[in-house]
Amino acid sequence: MKSGFTPPIGKILQINGQCISLIGNDIDTDRIIPARFLKCVNFDSLGESVFEDDRKTLKGSHPFDLEKNKNATILIVNSNFGCGSSREHAPQALMRWGIKGIIGESFADIFYSNCVAIGIPCFTLPKKSIQQIQKYIDQKFLYLEINLKNSLVKSKDLNFTLEIKESSRKMFLSGEWDATSTLLKNKNLIENKFNDLPYLKFNNHFF
Amino acid sequence: MSQDTLFDKVWDLHKVSSLPGGSDQIFIGLHLIHEVTSPQAFGALRDKNLKVKFPNRTVATVDHIVPTDNQTRPFKDNLAEQMISTLEKNCLQHKIKFFNIGSGNQGIVHVVAPELGLTQPGMTIACGDSHTSTHGAFGSIAFGIGTSQVRDVLATQTIAMNKLKVRQIWCENNLSNGVYAKDLVLHIINKLGVKAGVGFAYEFAGPAINALSMEERMTICNMSIEGGARCGYINPDEKTFSYIKNKLCAPKNDHWEKALTWWKSLKSDEDSIYDDVIKIDASKIEPTVTWGITPGQSIGINQKIPLLDELCPNDKLVAEEAYEYMSFKPGQSIKDFPVEVCFIGSCTNGRISDLRVAAKVLKDKKVSKNVKAFVVPGSEKVATEAKNEGLDQIFKDSGFQWREPGCSMCLAMNSDKLIGNQVSASSSNRNFKGRQGSPSGRTLLMSPAMVAAAAINGKVSDVREFIN
Repeated sequence: MKSGFTPPIGKILQINGQCISLIGNDIDTDRIIPARFLKCVNFDSLGESVFEDDRKTLKGSHPFDLEKNKNATILIVNSNFGCGSSREHAPQALMRWGIKGIIGESFADIFYSNCVAIGIPCFTLPKKSIQQIQKYIDQKFLYLEINLKNSLVKSKDLNFTLEIKESSRKMFLSGEWDATSTLLKNKNLIENKFNDLPYLKFNNHFF
Repeated sequence: MSQDTLFDKVWDLHKVSSLPGGSDQIFIGLHLIHEVTSPQAFGALRDKNLKVKFPNRTVATVDHIVPTDNQTRPFKDNLAEQMISTLEKNCLQHKIKFFNIGSGNQGIVHVVAPELGLTQPGMTIACGDSHTSTHGAFGSIAFGIGTSQVRDVLATQTIAMNKLKVRQIWCENNLSNGVYAKDLVLHIINKLGVKAGVGFAYEFAGPAINALSMEERMTICNMSIEGGARCGYINPDEKTFSYIKNKLCAPKNDHWEKALTWWKSLKSDEDSIYDDVIKIDASKIEPTVTWGITPGQSIGINQKIPLLDELCPNDKLVAEEAYEYMSFKPGQSIKDFPVEVCFIGSCTNGRISDLRVAAKVLKDKKVSKNVKAFVVPGSEKVATEAKNEGLDQIFKDSGFQWREPGCSMCLAMNSDKLIGNQVSASSSNRNFKGRQGSPSGRTLLMSPAMVAAAAINGKVSDVREFIN
């Protein structure tokens, strides 16, 4: 785990950093953080266990173990990344290892919303572009500057326009990705809904 | 005339507001919590100095970490003990109803809520667990959430979410003898792929679905997430209503009549507009077994593991990874492949009807001496019912170990784990690398009846040879 981890707070306008590539489709959250590490009551020590089993199998040659990647912050993945379990421990482990943004062909639904909820923007690109980036990283160091305002990504050699859900982009730009305070603003509407829902009238007290 | 799906109707009913970013604020009618994904959410409430908004809309149980051999407190595993006691403290402090071990109602959260009558048509249901989709079997809109969203539900009873599209999966004809809901859902995931459901809710419909019992419908909706769909549901019918009737938390007397009237009004309109419709012929499905490392990599019992050339380009990368991890050769038969561990249980197939089907296969038979076999009932209620019917004795007589309720080796957060590269025949839902507790363990997913057949023969077998 990187020392001095601080979670993101407020508006996220820009992500700059070195890229790390992880090749494979359908990489599930059990692989990102195996279930035995879920035996915890906080997320603090998850960073060091990210991809634990895959890393052990590859004995030092996993991208997350390579010396050249130790300061990487932008993860490049293929399709259906983060499928499986809803464990937020998966993006929390990635974030605590040092990942601040992810670019992939596609993401599983719950993983994607967990990333939004903890302040990790996930962008998509077509398969060909992802493969081009992954090939590039294989040869050279890739540093990207991602601007969330226009979704443009810049580097020395590569230029792409990233895709991101408009609702997510707006939440990162306004800082409302940390949704609790936004949701709390509608206190009266929530009370009204509670009083109006038909089934709460015949289920008003469970016990 | 209205052309809304049940999903549209329930979503619109629960919509609190449109949020500035374009997502919706959705009210959650029933919130279920357990020990793994809730402690950090309660911690966040404390950090933000917030209270639980509607404590009686949240219900807790303990399932993922519970040992299934010796449940005496404190648990031998200190971390597991810490997690259950944290949940106990949080529920006590926030006045949340907690079904603890020994209450008679503890068990896997997705088994417990339906059997208590908490799960009802037309509700929105959320839980920090991806298999929350199970509850859609009752015509509720139910989905898994992460811990930050658990925090949001506790604090506001709402979450921010984008509305899903709806794909109808129309299942024609009926399943043949020896073919079960598990085979149907594995087949659907294989046909559509593990990411086809991203951005969708799945509506399961058609004669094959109508014919299923409520517990079988739960098996189908449970594995929606394995097809990438966060939410899966079935329009409620008479079977739904009679399953709920007289359950502990079901509406009673006048309330029952009111509930029934409302529930009967809840279904997709006849000419609903779907974003996509897929047709499946249920009569053509064989007992189905996974051979790979995603739940989409499955074949019928008499089929061969696909050659690379037979797969579409997008599936090749993960197929190559699967051949290597599972040590299968392309073109090899799955039938007769030796298994070392047999597990019956989980939120997919740990209910009383699952145990009945497996016990029927096992009656007067013995588990192969090369196999370690164990059955973990989905809940204390399931265990009691099974004992009343003498099923526990049938399992024990055959050589199965009879355990206490919990999630157990579905995800191996307790001491039930594969060792080394053992092969398991498992009635659970995920065959991911390392899923069952060993980084090189290999999982073959199948129906509980097929697990029972595999246990007897010590190898993957066709259960139809036992029941016909």
